[in-house]
Amino acid sequence: MMTKFLSRNRHTVQRLGFVAITLVAVATVLPIIGTVIYILVKGGSAISLEFLSGFPHDGMRAGGILPAIIGTLYLTIGTAIFSVPLGIAAAIYLSEYAKDNQVTRLIRLAIINLAGIPSVVYGLFGLGLFVLFLQFGTSILAASLTLSIMTLPVIISTSEEALRAVPQSFRTVSISLGATRWQTISRIIIKEALPGILTGVILGLERAAGETAPILFTGAAFFLPRLPHSVFDATMALPYHLFVISTQVPEMPIQIQYGTALVLLVFVLTMNVIATVIRSRARARRQW
Amino acid sequence: MEKSLSWREFIITRLIQSSGYSAILFVALIFFFLLREGLPTLSEVDASSLLNFRWYPIESYFGILPLLSGSLIVTLGAALIAVPFGIGTAVYISEIAPRWMREILKPLVELLGGLPSVVLGFLGILVLSPFLRVFLDLPTGLTAFTGSLLLGGIAVPTVVSVAEDALDSVPRAYREGAWALGATKWQTIWRVTLPAAKSGVLTAIMLGVGRAIGETMTVMMVTGNAPVLATGLGSLFSPVRTMTATIAAEMGEVANGSTHYHVLFFIGMVLFIISLIVNVIASSVVFRAKKRAERILS
Repeated sequence: MMTKFLSRNRHTVQRLGFVAITLVAVATVLPIIGTVIYILVKGGSAISLEFLSGFPHDGMRAGGILPAIIGTLYLTIGTAIFSVPLGIAAAIYLSEYAKDNQVTRLIRLAIINLAGIPSVVYGLFGLGLFVLFLQFGTSILAASLTLSIMTLPVIISTSEEALRAVPQSFRTVSISLGATRWQTISRIIIKEALPGILTGVILGLERAAGETAPILFTGAAFFLPRLPHSVFDATMALPYHLFVISTQVPEMPIQIQYGTALVLLVFVLTMNVIATVIRSRARARRQW
Repeated sequence: MEKSLSWREFIITRLIQSSGYSAILFVALIFFFLLREGLPTLSEVDASSLLNFRWYPIESYFGILPLLSGSLIVTLGAALIAVPFGIGTAVYISEIAPRWMREILKPLVELLGGLPSVVLGFLGILVLSPFLRVFLDLPTGLTAFTGSLLLGGIAVPTVVSVAEDALDSVPRAYREGAWALGATKWQTIWRVTLPAAKSGVLTAIMLGVGRAIGETMTVMMVTGNAPVLATGLGSLFSPVRTMTATIAAEMGEVANGSTHYHVLFFIGMVLFIISLIVNVIASSVVFRAKKRAERILS
């Protein structure tokens, strides 16, 4: 054992080991880059003004994907309206108010569980509660509410982390200057934690924008040759549209499929990049 | 003025508190609605036919075993891919990579986590499955293995980020102690850092597996959707159908309140309970580890 531990080969072993682990990391990352580039290249030629701003026709085999783009935009905004205030408030509760007791532990367990529930089960839940029980029908409202609850754990946990990172001395000083707890939170703590909260919000919404399973039975329309008129209308959405045209429509031109994948990817990646930039900028500028 | 201020403070505090409690409410609501729509199954279909290996709803065969085995085999395959690649990447990022490399790799892995599963399924249909069909000489490229490969990719970001956190939180003194005793960096990683981060790494694996079991769109698109009982590892290279894919594919076509509808909710209930168990165990491992860390530090 001792001789093996100190054997002269151990530096060779280390060198080989490092090479192996580096290869594993490269093998993990390369397909990611490959996927993105592949879709950018293959889908690029499908992109035109007509594709982005037109309605689909000929059984979706021609024309544009505007209703799907607008639909995903609506769903993302709808999700934000419900999940952002609720998620940030819950994060404030956990970081600033909650005592370390059984109930708080139960809340944390609930959040972890929410994060782990399969997306299609969210779809079932949304169908049961929003579509049927509350009679919202398959609608933007029902789909947004379903996506909101799914997004909640991401927003709560990242926001809480950002709030907790604000040094305790900020709170002490503010309270000692006569501010109330809420004044301290709303004017000092949130302001300091804002970049972190924003990152979490965008990452959560990014996930909502790309999800298909939760909206399958709660609000996604197979084909809708117009824009939705109200929150009680169903809507087309980019992820569901991509699913439909790549599995359900025979003789679908490959161009349109790649083009749709590209638009969805750009939509999601833009949010991802914005979140990453906000975070790294805030880190660089942080004084504490 | 004073009074209105304190009233406002009181109301805001209550609002914030109820937002915090809402997480519990949502889990309870989800479970309640799954039970409400899923439990009638038990009175409509008897247990013996539910635990059968024939899923053919049109003729009222509701055996969920093929779906269960489909989910298990695809997830097992995904774990075999996600664990080595996920842990390896986490070790590389946390222990080996230079700082600038880390700054590139971490957002890239996060980006993989953000790729919509439907995009991966789309590429699975168009690129991966034709390649596998030719490469492995199979009758069809839409198999459990194709699903496993893509699911492995989907689980990797979860595994990497949790495992990397765990490795990161191992005190630097542990490593320095090992180096001072003459261990190489490589020996330190395997005999000191990884064992010290064991519980976090286990959590990472469990959460990754949980992510894979619940994934829907990708598996629905690439696993061929044949509800056949998986009997062994050989089934990895034939079409299967998972629980999630079954719900997603069939819920749109069933009549509300029919037996088929109730069975699909019942499957959702099974999925919910699986994810509950995985997450409760994973988080209790984390809690215990935290307590041990506190003990060491005190």
